[in-house]
Amino acid sequence: MRPVRVAWTFLRLGAINELQYRANFFVAAFQSLLAVAVALVVLRLVYSHTAELNGWSEPELMCVLGIQILLGGVIRAAIQPNMERLVDEVRDGKLDHALTKPEDAQLLVSVREFRIWRTVDVISGGAVLGVGVARLEASVGAGEALSFAGLLLVGGVLIYCFWLVLATGAFWIVHMWFLAELFEGVYATGRWPVGIYPGWLRYSLTWLVPIGFAITVPAEAVTSRLEWTTPVIALGFAAALFVATRWFWRFGLRRYSGASA
Amino acid sequence: MVDFYVTAMRTQVQTQFQYRAATYMYLVGMVAEPVIYLVVWTTIAKQNGGQVQGITVGQFAAYYIVWTLVRNMNIVFTPYGWEWRIREGQFSAALLRPLHPIHYDIAEFAGGKLIWVVLYLPIAAALTLVFDPDLSVTPLEVVVFFVAIWGAYLIRTMLLWLLGMVTFWTTRGSAIFETYIMAELLLSGRLVPLKLMPEWTQSVADFLPFQWAFYFPIQTLVGDLPAAELIGGLGMQVLWIAVGSFLVWVCFRASVSRYTAVGN
Repeated sequence: MRPVRVAWTFLRLGAINELQYRANFFVAAFQSLLAVAVALVVLRLVYSHTAELNGWSEPELMCVLGIQILLGGVIRAAIQPNMERLVDEVRDGKLDHALTKPEDAQLLVSVREFRIWRTVDVISGGAVLGVGVARLEASVGAGEALSFAGLLLVGGVLIYCFWLVLATGAFWIVHMWFLAELFEGVYATGRWPVGIYPGWLRYSLTWLVPIGFAITVPAEAVTSRLEWTTPVIALGFAAALFVATRWFWRFGLRRYSGASA
Repeated sequence: MVDFYVTAMRTQVQTQFQYRAATYMYLVGMVAEPVIYLVVWTTIAKQNGGQVQGITVGQFAAYYIVWTLVRNMNIVFTPYGWEWRIREGQFSAALLRPLHPIHYDIAEFAGGKLIWVVLYLPIAAALTLVFDPDLSVTPLEVVVFFVAIWGAYLIRTMLLWLLGMVTFWTTRGSAIFETYIMAELLLSGRLVPLKLMPEWTQSVADFLPFQWAFYFPIQTLVGDLPAAELIGGLGMQVLWIAVGSFLVWVCFRASVSRYTAVGN
């Protein structure tokens, strides 16, 4: 329970810190609304030229979009700020501060930052998802809702692992200014079901960059297309990736030498 | 002035070349955007019997591959960078120099472009192999394209400078920046060929500069435009560069008096 307590303390601290700057909420809310508006315009544009995209109807794609925005909010609030700080600290030699604390280093570098205002994307994404679900022809049962929630959690873990692997690269490569751009670019692919991409890209987006597992699979749960094998594979993959990520992190950490000493 | 540009560009070429790996990763992130659009519109075209409003699968591929090259050229100093340079007092040194600060930005990014484009060529080749574009060009189109991408670069430099100068007045410019980026996305041809947008949107776009930094340079290669339209388009670029330069000049004089820096 100790890791949970540590994470919770940092989360509260981050929230209190950001709550001082209330005007930022309005900026964040405005940006979130704008992003949703653009995404909906794009969706409308696409469906003004076709009735379905690779078997997905407009309400179904709204579900995919909602999940992508929602998960994007979680990433930008809780995952990305931590990973960017990690990269900066490795470069500047400030990681010593985290390493000398009597707590697991991976845990610490993963929970130190929390940007509460960015969670407005969770709300706006949830709203888009809600509208999408309401417009679906089939209704969503309790089992589907449960597997959706579980798969979304698995998706969050996968994205966290992916980010940590990228950020661990900072132990070898000094200039990592491109990370956020690279991730944003790749993450945008999740706005569309992974099935529309050509084979090589689809496999990359499933196994190399786990966007397919993180977004398309939960969307499959909501739109009743899930096969029973998929959640099992997703869970197994997440567990394996988590272990591999931890190993890679420790491997990278051995290269860290600090800069101030 | 020529000396200054040559030296600044050469320095930037050397700097950028040192960090080729980082530049490559950045380019990969950048290429994701057009590939997504391309895949989506190719899927629709295939479902509709091979085309959407007369644009075939191969033409979509050509459009978005040329898109990446144009995008390479029209990435300029971002307004978020302005936020940093004002907040951190980085602008103090720029103000002490004898030339207008915009020259430093233009020269440095222009130098960076030379490396970017060279590094980008293998990516373009890979995209061409994978997506099989339908592209045939005349010598005139190629010449106009090479002029037009630099025109696009200058137009977008002016526009984003104007946007960046907002940070002289407020530290919360991001809402304004995002609004601009949204308008540009929809009205420039960045999202889809403007032809696919509703007609009223196209009429609005005609009065704005955005399409001259995206749609027009792409169209010079893929649009099979008549010579008059090619030359006319360059004329429109010159017009918007002139308007942009004038506005930058006026706004800079008004804004820079508000600049204060602490500590540096």
